[in-house]
This record gives sequence, C-alpha cells and structure tokens, in this order.
Amino acid sequence: MSIKNASVDVAVIGGGPAGLAAALAAKEAGADQVLVIERDFELGGILQQCVHDGFGILKFGERLPGPAYMERYIDAVSQRDIKVMVDSMVLELTSDRTLYVASPIEGLVEVRAKAVVLAMGCRERTRSQIWLPGTRPAGIYTAGTVQRYINMEGILPGHKVVILGSGDVGLIMARRLTLIGTEVEGVYEVMSKPGGLTRNIVQCLEDYNIPLYLSHTVIDIHGEKRLTGVTVAKVDADRRPLPGTERFISCDTLVLSVGLIPENELSYDAGVELHPVTGGPVVDECMATSLPGVFAAGNVVAVFDLVDYVSDIGEIAGRAAARYAAGESNDGPAIKLNPGANVNFVLPQVVHPIHLTEPVAFYLRVKESKESANVFVKSGSALIKQVPQIVVRPPEMVSFVLTPTEISRAGNFDLIVSVE
Amino acid sequence: MNDKHTLTCIVCPKSCRLYVENTGSGMQITGYGCKRGLEYANEEIRESRRMLTATVTVRNGNLPRLPVISSAPIPRRLFDACLRELSMVVVKAPVKLGQVIVRDIQKTGVDIVASRSLTKREG
Repeated sequence: MSIKNASVDVAVIGGGPAGLAAALAAKEAGADQVLVIERDFELGGILQQCVHDGFGILKFGERLPGPAYMERYIDAVSQRDIKVMVDSMVLELTSDRTLYVASPIEGLVEVRAKAVVLAMGCRERTRSQIWLPGTRPAGIYTAGTVQRYINMEGILPGHKVVILGSGDVGLIMARRLTLIGTEVEGVYEVMSKPGGLTRNIVQCLEDYNIPLYLSHTVIDIHGEKRLTGVTVAKVDADRRPLPGTERFISCDTLVLSVGLIPENELSYDAGVELHPVTGGPVVDECMATSLPGVFAAGNVVAVFDLVDYVSDIGEIAGRAAARYAAGESNDGPAIKLNPGANVNFVLPQVVHPIHLTEPVAFYLRVKESKESANVFVKSGSALIKQVPQIVVRPPEMVSFVLTPTEISRAGNFDLIVSVE
Repeated sequence: MNDKHTLTCIVCPKSCRLYVENTGSGMQITGYGCKRGLEYANEEIRESRRMLTATVTVRNGNLPRLPVISSAPIPRRLFDACLRELSMVVVKAPVKLGQVIVRDIQKTGVDIVASRSLTKREG
C-alpha cells in the first residue's frame, strides 16, 4: 500500500464554525497553504443540522438559522485558495505535527503541517456514560442524532418520545419533534434546575405545553427489539430515585440530552495537555496548546453556548497558527488565570503578558446563578478589573475583556477570577 | 372578567417573570425589568409571534431535506396551518440560500425562504 505525502503551512482538523474561521484567518494572516480536513460529506459541521434560528447575533447582528450562518463561511473558504478534504478522517496526529488522513478519493495521506488547528468540536454523552439500566432495544438516541435524522436525512425516529435531560439540544428537539407531529410526553431532568437556556425553556417547551419534570430521571428501559416504554422516578437531592414515585410511560423513543464532551482523542494521543474541568486542551491567549505549533478552537476546547464566540476563537487560533508557521514564537513568561469563587472554569487559562498588543477576551462559566453579580479579576489582593453582570447562570457563558495594561498590572503573579 | 397570567420574558438572559392582569379597564403588566420587557409582554398579549423554521422535501438534491425559515415572525396560532402547507411542498435542486420557497404563506404576508443552498445530486 502506498501513502501519499503532502506538506502544508496550516492544517485545520474539522470544517465546522471553529475550523472554517481558523482557516480563513490563517489565510488572511499570510499562510500560503491552508488545508481543512472534514469527515462529513460537506463543510459546515453540526450547524448544518441546527435549522432553528438564533445564530450570529453578536457576529452579524442577525438571528440566522445554523446552515445560513455556516454558508457565509463556506462561501468565503471557496473564494480563497484553501484546500478542503471532505469525507476525510484524521486517524492520528503526532507530536511533531504529522497527520495521517483517510480519504476515499486519495487513500491514506500523510500530511506534514508547520502548524495545526484542532477544531473537532464535541460529542454527545451516550446511554452508557449515564449508566441507564434495563434492556437494550432500538429507539434510544442522542438528541443530536435525532436532529440530524429529522432535519437533514428525512428520517422519523419514532412516534411517541420521552426526552431525558434538559440541555439545549434536547429542548430544541422537543420543539422540532412536536412541530413535525411526534408526541413528546415530557422532558425529564435529574437536576433541580433546567440544563438549557431559559429562553429555550419558554420557546421550546412552554410554547407547546410540553411538561418539564425537574428532579426526575429514567430508572428503567423496557422492550426487546424496539423500546416499549421507560420507567421514570423522582430523585432526592443526591439524585437517588425515591421509592414509590416510579411511573411507567409507554413510548417507542427515548431521546438523551445529557451533556456534551469536547472530542479530544487525537489531541490526547498527540500528547496535548487537557484540562480536568473543561475536558479540552489548556490554551493561552493565542489558543496555543501545550504542544508547540498545535492550536485549538471552539468546542474542542470547552463547550460554548454561542457559535459567535466559537468563530471569534477560531480566528485567534488561525492567525496564531499562521504566525507560528512563519517562524514566529510566542514563548516567554506566562501567568495563569485560575478560577476563584463561583467560577467553574475560565478560558484561556494562560497568558503571556509581554506579547500582548490587543485586548484579550476571556470566557467563564459560573457554578451558581446570581443576580447583580460582578466578575472580579484579582492579583493577590489587588483588584485588576471588576465587570458588573445583570445576572449570571451556569448554562450561559460570561465573556469579559482584559487590556494588555490591565494584565501587565498582575506582574508575574497569577490572576484569580471570581463571580460574586 | 378578571384573568391573570404569567409570562417569562425572553428578551435577555435575566428572564424576568412578567405578570399580566386584566383589570377590566385594561391590561396591567408588572414584573418587567426594562422597557424591552414591557414591549415583549404587550406583543405577547396582542399576538404571540415566533420565527418558523422547518424542512421541506427536495428532489435530486445532495440531501433529501431542505431547511427553511420564515422571513419574519409568524403568529403562533398559524403554525399548524403553515406546517401542513410546507409538508406538501416539493423543491427541485439546485436551491440557493434565501430563495423563496412559499410566497405569503397562509396570507400572513411572510415568505418561507431556503436556509441554505443545495446542489444537485451527482449521478
């Protein structure tokens, strides 16, 4: 078997919002040969199946449907000299930035890249990751799979649906299933608070009188070949089912919306340092990972709730990858941003003060909801920045900006970010 | 008649609880945190409108479904009728983003347009 060889300046793994923004920015920043590798039959990523509107409010001042948002980027890529491989899967990334790509047209290709942008996005948690007991019949899907079946492939997954988990994709699918005439019995959430955005609870459930059962979960699956029903029960504060609250629901479909995980098998095998909380690479202000010349953007870094942020971060990663490919280095003293009170994580986790010329955007997720809160950035006891927030909630990312001057005031000390 | 109900404002993430009460002499709205919330409540009372997104059948496309969107918000009470009409629509590929698929759907004055381009299936 022969292997084809290729050399590029910047190789982007994944042709979704992060990857295409990165590819365009890398080209713009002067990278000569830019390659995008996408495993689906077309560019666009998951947004191609998100036919509801609301994408692009920050980026374009419009509420676009997912495919329309992506078409702007796909058109821009096609108008520039950017090489695209679709139906192609990266099998391995090595620590010296060699990629092994399987393509039905070109066979196995070895790509040597001066810089790499990881833009693989995220995956859905599946049944086995939430320990659902019971039989193993057909009819149990993740929400994203159902979304692709209905919106792109024209396949009806079932007739009577129970949804487990109140993440945004699940809420959006509750509405979509109802609109196409499928009965949605209810949405069951093990936590005492909804997982998705409030406006999705209103527009997707309340608009259609779909009940939301908080502190409930599925405790049994019934059926041999096809799902015939599920047993649900109330849970206590420790998420243990409460005896006597069990209820059988007859249904042929169970949709799981139980969380997203950054997809980092390639990053992990290449030796990229992953963050225990985000599940994605530890990144600096250029979206550089711990591995020289390897950058990361979008949901592969942490699960974002706005694609606009993903595109912004993709641009940062693409520009930095082009600079690295041209031989520029971003080494030097670094300081860390550590999560303080009520902060689950903050991105980027590392900054290099001496290289900064422009303000840096940071993203964080809080642990608890709070009204009239403030983001506090502190260096020791010195307050570097305070940003007021009308309200903060765990499902909604908070973004704030630090200028190079503000960051330089930290000296060589790490910064602590809290929301109180 | 004295009816009272609650709405959740969807204008911003604060998600204020809005209380709407028919006092007999008019609608009294309380609970809003800003002017935009008051406007939202007034519009919801008058006529609840949302953008309608759906898919329609495509012939000879590189996908079997074409995503579509209303060019403006549509009264929610007309969603069923609009979706019934859209279920009968068959479009031929190629399709361009923004192409009108149904003009003036259900006499709303709103068009249904393509949310993406679709090329013709090869072969």
